[in-house]
Amino acid sequence: MSEAVSHHEHHDHKPTGIGRWLFSTNHKDIGTMYLVFAGTMLFIGGAMAMVIRAELFQPGLQFVTPQFFNSMTTIHALVMIFGAVMPAGVGLANWMIPMMIGSPDMALPRMNNMSFWILPFAFTLLLSTLFMPGGGPAGGWTLYPPLVLQTGAAFPFLIFAIHFLGISSILGAINIIATVFNMRAPGMTFMRLPLFVWTWIITAFLLIASMPVLAGAVTMLLTDKFFGTSFFSAAGGGDPVMFQHVFWFFGHPEVYILVLPAFGIISQVIPTFARKPLFGYESMVYATASIAFLSFFVWAHHMFTVGMPLTGELFFMYATMSIAVPTGVKIFNWTATMWKGSMTFETPMLFAIGVVIMFSIGGFSGLMMGITPVDFQYHDTYFIVAHFHYVIVPGILFGLIAGVYFWLPKWTGHMYDEKLGKLHFWLSTISVNVLFFPMHFLGLAGMPRRIPDYNVQFTEWNQVASVGGFVFGLSQLIFVYLVYKCVRGGEKANDQVWEGAHGLEWTLPSPPPFHTFTTPPKVTEAMAHS
Amino acid sequence: MFFNKLRNCLTGIVTLVSFFRAGTAAADWKLNMTRGVTPISHEVYDLHMMILWIVTIIGIIVFGVIFWSVYHHRKSKGAVPAQFHHSTKAEIIWTIIPILILVGMAIPATKTLVMMEQTGDADITVKITGHQWFWEYEYKNEGIKFVSNLAEDSRNAKVLGSGVDPWKVNNYLLEVDKHVVLPVNKKIRLLTTGAEVIHAWWVPALGWKRDAIPGYINDNWAIITEPGIYRGQCAELCGMGHGFMPIVVEAVPEDKYLAWVEATKKAQTEAEAAAKSDKDLTADELKTRGEEIYKTTCAVCHQPTGKGVPGTFPALDGSVIANGPLADHIGRVLHGKNMMPAFGNQLSNADIASVITYERNSWGNHTGDVVQAKDVKAAR
Repeated sequence: MSEAVSHHEHHDHKPTGIGRWLFSTNHKDIGTMYLVFAGTMLFIGGAMAMVIRAELFQPGLQFVTPQFFNSMTTIHALVMIFGAVMPAGVGLANWMIPMMIGSPDMALPRMNNMSFWILPFAFTLLLSTLFMPGGGPAGGWTLYPPLVLQTGAAFPFLIFAIHFLGISSILGAINIIATVFNMRAPGMTFMRLPLFVWTWIITAFLLIASMPVLAGAVTMLLTDKFFGTSFFSAAGGGDPVMFQHVFWFFGHPEVYILVLPAFGIISQVIPTFARKPLFGYESMVYATASIAFLSFFVWAHHMFTVGMPLTGELFFMYATMSIAVPTGVKIFNWTATMWKGSMTFETPMLFAIGVVIMFSIGGFSGLMMGITPVDFQYHDTYFIVAHFHYVIVPGILFGLIAGVYFWLPKWTGHMYDEKLGKLHFWLSTISVNVLFFPMHFLGLAGMPRRIPDYNVQFTEWNQVASVGGFVFGLSQLIFVYLVYKCVRGGEKANDQVWEGAHGLEWTLPSPPPFHTFTTPPKVTEAMAHS
Repeated sequence: MFFNKLRNCLTGIVTLVSFFRAGTAAADWKLNMTRGVTPISHEVYDLHMMILWIVTIIGIIVFGVIFWSVYHHRKSKGAVPAQFHHSTKAEIIWTIIPILILVGMAIPATKTLVMMEQTGDADITVKITGHQWFWEYEYKNEGIKFVSNLAEDSRNAKVLGSGVDPWKVNNYLLEVDKHVVLPVNKKIRLLTTGAEVIHAWWVPALGWKRDAIPGYINDNWAIITEPGIYRGQCAELCGMGHGFMPIVVEAVPEDKYLAWVEATKKAQTEAEAAAKSDKDLTADELKTRGEEIYKTTCAVCHQPTGKGVPGTFPALDGSVIANGPLADHIGRVLHGKNMMPAFGNQLSNADIASVITYERNSWGNHTGDVVQAKDVKAAR
């Protein structure tokens, strides 16, 4: 193999200097930039979460004003969703999809460069609002009018930042669809695609369908604020509730935009470490597609309390409950994949099993909230905060982290420090539960979300959650150190890296040369599903 | 300052540790939803518990299988991987069973939802309007209308760095100056709407919350079965005062309720007469009254010190408006600007006159101006 490596490297003309990154059209470099950007945003958003948990450590206001607190919750959400989780998913897609389908690069490499480089500018716009008169946006990431229209100088920056993020996502989605539809190696039929590629195609279609809706909604906000329209003002003949319908028509598919790539990753990881093929490949594909399709018919469960007609409430309740069926299929399939396997528990597998269990906990509370009459109690409380953080942190974020650990040896050519990885997993898992589980109790006991201060009866569980939050935040520094160490050196990784790994990416050298699969490989049935 | 904060934090950690050591005796550690005091809240609680048990049992089964597998099917125990990768039978089973469970949940949920929508035949109707940041209550048939603000001790304690211990404040952030008094065992229809932004009216013991949306009137009902005091909060983010507009419902026997209606009506009529009379008050009367109104209405943004919040809320102390032409000052209070609401339809002429007089003669402002209700009336 070493001969092949040096042979490859001989033709490995990498551009040098800053230009390599600024003008990059290479899917691996762009993937790396996406991942580094996402990691940076994770820590910026995380720092805001630390401000929130510090203020909520005890009743009374100790550190920040209510206005600043509100802008922390608002920007924390926007940064984590649009800056951390989505770019991390796109970064992994950029790195892995061409290598998984046997393509030399993404189909539209220049557009790839543009969709990445929009992001730093968009977030500069968004984060700069914190230093403006009147402070950052503080009306919640859901941007509900009329409250959001009270935003000061930050308002147009907020809207344009969201426009840019939307453009970046749509370009990324177009690129992924174009790549998978046109650049597959001979023999790589759709039903032989790795699950990660499948979940990303479906995610890309969700992005194309839902992002323009968000763009439309925020544009209407912009004209309401500056050009005298009254789309969302009842006094002018408009309707504030219409914004919520339009927003959540984007917002619910967005949840699946975040989660499906993570589902794809653990569908790669679990079979590898169980040394057993994925159980029910076809039903996994259909379940993913059904979840995506159904996600367009459940939006109003985010707004049961606005006062819809009974029939509307019933429709959205039944539709929401029905999503539990394909989601259950996925959980059962992962369990069946582990069943009677020959498992080892390297860090990616630990994180993947963590996802199956803790995402399920988020799913259970989601099912509870889908029951409309009970949601009238849960809505806008810490129960909801607990629910979506269980889905997004130990569900999605852990899935993305599993992906990084899984492919890190492939990217760098070095094995990461397994002991540190396990320490990272256990610290994160314990602290994330200490952080988010008590929020269920707080919500049920009656604590509304998005409040900077609370009655003394809520103190105890808030303190537990804050301690969990600080430990969780610090634990992520281990991850940064581990990745840094792995990039710098370590035990050499072989091509296959993991004993049970199957798929085209594992046939390439570790690290892969700058250009891979310039001659397409031939894919057979045995290679695809073994 | 920083050391104070650090000390507060450390005290918190010490308290936390001592709670763990002392057990739960001193602490709340509340875990579950309240069962509440209305037919709706009981139904909702039972539904909640039913679903909680169902998902707990499913969780125990699924996680049990996963942990069993993790324990037994590991390479280090010499497990040899099986090669099966699908089973149509298993997949049909784990599609059908969840569907049956879901249908089982949907039936009682539908019944409860239908019951919640039966808002007709009410004995009493109360219209609730959410404002930034207080609640206004209007008893339609009784002709009672009042606003309910965060209680004064909570208001003073919740200021950043106030140094007041929230444990020593009576029902910190959950007490108001005027309770909503309602009779027990009567069907009460509660209408919710919003003044400038969306709020949500939520008293957990009643079993529901409902958004209060400008331009919409939502209806809900409650029959409170036990006398008592039930506290709640605004549940929809409505700006920086969102955490500071609690709700207190006082459920009393019918005779007490009727007595309350009488007394409140009488007091209200007298107050209205006084406000409408637009008769001149002395400078001291105006200032005392103005200070009260300033504290409940203006201090949220402009701060009790009149210094505002730099960059966000302008200071009144030494400001151009509060020291410049009187007409501009009256106009600003009547009509608002940007984030500042128009108080013209919230406060009476006498109230506005008082608060302006107070603002022009407080802190470093020494204009000596005295504004009377008739001046405000003329400016409207």
